Amino acid sequence: MIERYTLAERVVHWTSGLTYIYQLLTGLAFYSPHLYWLAILLGGGATSRYWHPLIGLLFTAALFWMFRVWARDMRITALDREWSDAIGHYIRNEDEQLPLADRFNAGQKFFFWVMLFAGTVMLVSGVALWIPEKIPWSLRFLRYTAVLLHVSAALVSIGAFIIHVYMGTAMVRGSFTAIVRGVVPPAWARTHHRLWYNRVARR
Amino acid sequence: MSNGPLQIKAISGHAGTVPGRDTSRDYDVCKLIDVTTCIGCKACEVACLEWNGYPFRETVFDNTYQTMPDLEWNYYNLIRFDEHVGEDGAFSWLMRKDQCMHCADPGCLRACPADGAIVQYSNGIVDFQQEHCIGCQYCVTGCPFNIPKLNPETKKVHKCTLCSDRVGAGLEPACIKACPTGCLHFGSKEDMVDLAGKRAQQLREHTSHKNAGVYDPAGVGGTHVIYVLHDIEHPEAYGGLPSNPRVPWTVRLWKGPLKWLGNLAMAGGIAGVVMHYLSFGPKEVKEDKP
Repeated sequence: MIERYTLAERVVHWTSGLTYIYQLLTGLAFYSPHLYWLAILLGGGATSRYWHPLIGLLFTAALFWMFRVWARDMRITALDREWSDAIGHYIRNEDEQLPLADRFNAGQKFFFWVMLFAGTVMLVSGVALWIPEKIPWSLRFLRYTAVLLHVSAALVSIGAFIIHVYMGTAMVRGSFTAIVRGVVPPAWARTHHRLWYNRVARR
Repeated sequence: MSNGPLQIKAISGHAGTVPGRDTSRDYDVCKLIDVTTCIGCKACEVACLEWNGYPFRETVFDNTYQTMPDLEWNYYNLIRFDEHVGEDGAFSWLMRKDQCMHCADPGCLRACPADGAIVQYSNGIVDFQQEHCIGCQYCVTGCPFNIPKLNPETKKVHKCTLCSDRVGAGLEPACIKACPTGCLHFGSKEDMVDLAGKRAQQLREHTSHKNAGVYDPAGVGGTHVIYVLHDIEHPEAYGGLPSNPRVPWTVRLWKGPLKWLGNLAMAGGIAGVVMHYLSFGPKEVKEDKP
């Protein structure tokens, strides 16, 4: 077995993942009356309103920590552009026709940057939604902008999250075990991340 | 509505008019504030505190006659004082009773995510139900009049109820009852619009206020609190009364098209990944040797 994720990497992944799920459920409750029952399930509307911004801080902290840990591996390269041009092959499971992937393939990198960007937008706009009583009337456009930005960024992140969860659990077999236990079989590494495998196998 | 029988027609030993006599309160109610006859006595502020059972809260002195700089969660009703110099150089001292306008299209209610925290009664009163309020203050963002205020201790938002508890019992709001000059009126929207129109016409014809008019902004579907202003062209002069209030377009977009677009996108995303799995299935690991 090859170590794919260190313990620290797995902790930061699951911190951001679990806090995101809480944010998703409470956020959806505030988003739609038809999903308000989610807030009831999680302790009531007022409780959800109390915790949503605080857990949001934890989520963005994890996100920025993740940035520190993975920024180098997530850099978009020329090979990634080639890969994303050929993404149709990836979708149709014709992986042999794709450029080889390093530790993360271009799709994973895009997911990382989308979540980082959406998370930052949600953090900034979220502050305005957290303490609107502190924003003077003359700066009310901040509140007007924040409500729109917050929900837009959330919807973008949800789209990315749906694909991420699907791929991590159903589509790419072995990747869920990898992010839980931290190790992958050599054949898995060769199949999905050949360039990374070549580097670590040499060691 | 059942409040007809309890409407007061005559009062013993009472000097002056009977508040709201001969006006119908059958349908949508309305408060009319004739700012041209307001003397800034603040009896309405006191009556509001008394009826709602709030103690007089701490305030700051800001070199005006205004009781406090802004409305507060336990101060629903505030006369705004503005010293105003008109285009002709004439000085006037404007006094406007500020409180919830009870919009026909309430931005607070549109923005609120909490089931049952804001209700609009068929008589037009928009009321906050604090037991359902979650303290998110989306209503603060939805309101074009800067009215709802958070109680920082309970995290519940409050505002003028138009004395829904009094109106429900056939009484007029407390502020109306306290007004000594008759600048406050209460009755059906139809009657109040009619009365306001006549008063504005009187001002235009018999005084120098040639721009006198009725403030009943169409941008929020009309309001259940309307004003007679000396100068309908410049409502901002009265402590920042907006000339064309509307629910902010970002709030309308957020609560309207964006919601449906988002729902569609989320359902589409889930359907998309399911379809992908059914069409292509999982990625298998190739067992070839390097």
